[in-house]
Amino acid sequence: MSERVVVGMSGGVDSSVAAALLVEQGFEVIGVTMHLAGSASRCCSLDDADDARRVAEALGIRFYVANYTDRFREEVMLPFADAYLAGRTPIPCVACNRRFKFQRLVERARALGAAGVATGHYARLETDPATGRRRLRRGADPGKDQSYFLFDLEPAQLARARFPLGALRKDEVRARARALGLATAEKPESQEICFVPDGDYAAVVESLRPDALPGEGEIVDTAGRGLGRHAGIHRFTVGQRRGLGLAAPRPLYVTRLDAGANRVVVGEAEELLAAGAALERVSFVTGEAPGEPIAARVQVRYRDAGTPASVEPLPGGRARVRFERPVRAVTPGQAAVFYDGDVVLGGGWIAGAIA
Amino acid sequence: MSPRLAANPTPRTFGAVRIYLDHNATTPPRAEVVEAMLRALREGWGNPSSVHAEGAAARACVERARGEVAALLGARPGEVVFTAGATEANNALLCSVAGRGRGRHLVTTSVEHPSVREPTAALAAEGCEVSTLPVDAEGLVDPDALEAALRPDTALVSVLWANNETGVVQPLPEIAERVKAKGLLLHVDATQALGKHPVDLRRVPVDYLACSAHKMNGPKGVGALFVREGAPFEPWLRGGAQERGRRGGTEDVAGIAGFGAACRLARDELAGRIERWSGLRDRLWDGIQAKVPRVRRNGSARRVLCNTLNVEFEGADGEALLQALDLEGVAVSSGAACHSGSISPSAVLLAMGRTPEQARASLRFSVGHDVNGPQIDRVLALLPDLVARARGVGGP
Repeated sequence: MSERVVVGMSGGVDSSVAAALLVEQGFEVIGVTMHLAGSASRCCSLDDADDARRVAEALGIRFYVANYTDRFREEVMLPFADAYLAGRTPIPCVACNRRFKFQRLVERARALGAAGVATGHYARLETDPATGRRRLRRGADPGKDQSYFLFDLEPAQLARARFPLGALRKDEVRARARALGLATAEKPESQEICFVPDGDYAAVVESLRPDALPGEGEIVDTAGRGLGRHAGIHRFTVGQRRGLGLAAPRPLYVTRLDAGANRVVVGEAEELLAAGAALERVSFVTGEAPGEPIAARVQVRYRDAGTPASVEPLPGGRARVRFERPVRAVTPGQAAVFYDGDVVLGGGWIAGAIA
Repeated sequence: MSPRLAANPTPRTFGAVRIYLDHNATTPPRAEVVEAMLRALREGWGNPSSVHAEGAAARACVERARGEVAALLGARPGEVVFTAGATEANNALLCSVAGRGRGRHLVTTSVEHPSVREPTAALAAEGCEVSTLPVDAEGLVDPDALEAALRPDTALVSVLWANNETGVVQPLPEIAERVKAKGLLLHVDATQALGKHPVDLRRVPVDYLACSAHKMNGPKGVGALFVREGAPFEPWLRGGAQERGRRGGTEDVAGIAGFGAACRLARDELAGRIERWSGLRDRLWDGIQAKVPRVRRNGSARRVLCNTLNVEFEGADGEALLQALDLEGVAVSSGAACHSGSISPSAVLLAMGRTPEQARASLRFSVGHDVNGPQIDRVLALLPDLVARARGVGGP
């Protein structure tokens, strides 16, 4: 009997092709769509689940929906809103990967008799020939690499994960989907966070935490001089230039969000540059922190080429990063991920920039 | 499509021998039903309202079936109105009787099917006053509490005879007596009861009753509303003189013929069904208790349909267990599935005081015509491991 594997199918082209590749490789594939961000008014993300179901039917595989709406709201959506209200800029996809795709979906897979879970992520998992350990690498398509979002998976989670698309480029994936006649072959890319479909983060935060909104506050410069008013710090992110409503001789950017004083701090471009970053909740792919500082290329947001740096692990799951050259808009709430070449070493959450 | 993909096992059964234990969701049509439908399609294709011989042949199919439905219910043929299912029958009745200013007060229960619950909620939004009676931990309505809720301006009392999820059977004769003693109107949704439980409207004085063919080995898309002679009723679907002006639209002759055949079978077999199905159901429950730790039956064990068993597997993920059983060829159900196929905790179990976690850990097994003892034993052989896995223990 062939090995059973669950594929997390979002209804997009990537996970559709991931499922198709595993079928070709002879696995007994079970497609599962996780129902995550449903709301009372919109019972289910009907269209995406229907697309995934159509693909499963075309591939001749079993298909189920797994309902996690209550927990997703509690563990991903509300913390997302709370992070914005605390002046940070969160990445909910990392928590979704850690707690849902590679925890609850793995639990579901085991209940269904499958040891592993595959997804359509562009990342590579392999066994390090030197150590025999699992190793996470960037996807082969530099434009699509998603290893950044997977940095805090635990070794046990990586052991059960499969990324069938890791060695492919996006255009190859689309070509596969077309050749197989999959219904999702021409489906447009989803760049957004799944529960922020139109990119309006502020509106989502306001609907999730209507009672906790900070309200209006002051926009100040680095010296604390009042320059104007803002309509709530959750509407801003570090490095942002537009939407400040300020008239100034030189362009001004958000340099800091001070949730305690409900203030947006702005400054000129050079004030956005940071020499380092203080990290919290740091993890390493091996499962243990190295005993001394390591050299790594550190990526501070998803669309960032990374900067050579030294990473100094500190007690309490913290770390200090020193960049070799200043980095723009190091943003609290984003992840800093450490790479050696294209191998993920680990990463942590940015608590603050170091000037 | 590449040959490799095309050679994958075909969908639906995936090679597993299927054991269908979801007869409260729907039932396979019996051979006699399919026969009657084919005959109606071939010979009764005329319009039953037409005067000519073709029309008369179709009308004969419909009237023969009406006689069968009436005989099963203990009603007169003229009291049976064919509809496109129980959902239509419930909507038609609620909107006809409650929505026409005959009084602005409705009495119903917290364990109704959505086809009563949602129209009732819509009427409430339009200004009707709705008293929703609670149920006890066993899922039963207290007839005294029901009587206390009745008022002179109560337009209608609507009660589910047997619950689709738990199989719990309400004390209908007693409820009917209390309602009729006050001279009020009573509607009963008997969709799950008919064909599995004695229903005799000569003895139980309900005014209206909704039922459905596909829950009793008939076809989907056809049902009936019983309207007792003299009870007030306004048509909901207007558009013709069909069904004596009570339901417009050309009749689904084949569907109605299939419904008639299913009612005939139910009338002939009811006593045998109750004995055989309750035997299978008890065999399943006894086996589960013997083989699976930490289980609990949901709903009354005494006042329950012969075919239904609802079990909480404490601490298990019911959705995962349902899917794991399906992979092994066993069809059961849990809660209410929404369009995408995901499952929300059962409102019926919540109304009985279960927590959302308990409701999520619960599955419904409902036996029917083709189920046999060896199938039950096969399910019992599978359950211990699958339940353990759905509790997060074991598995690959």
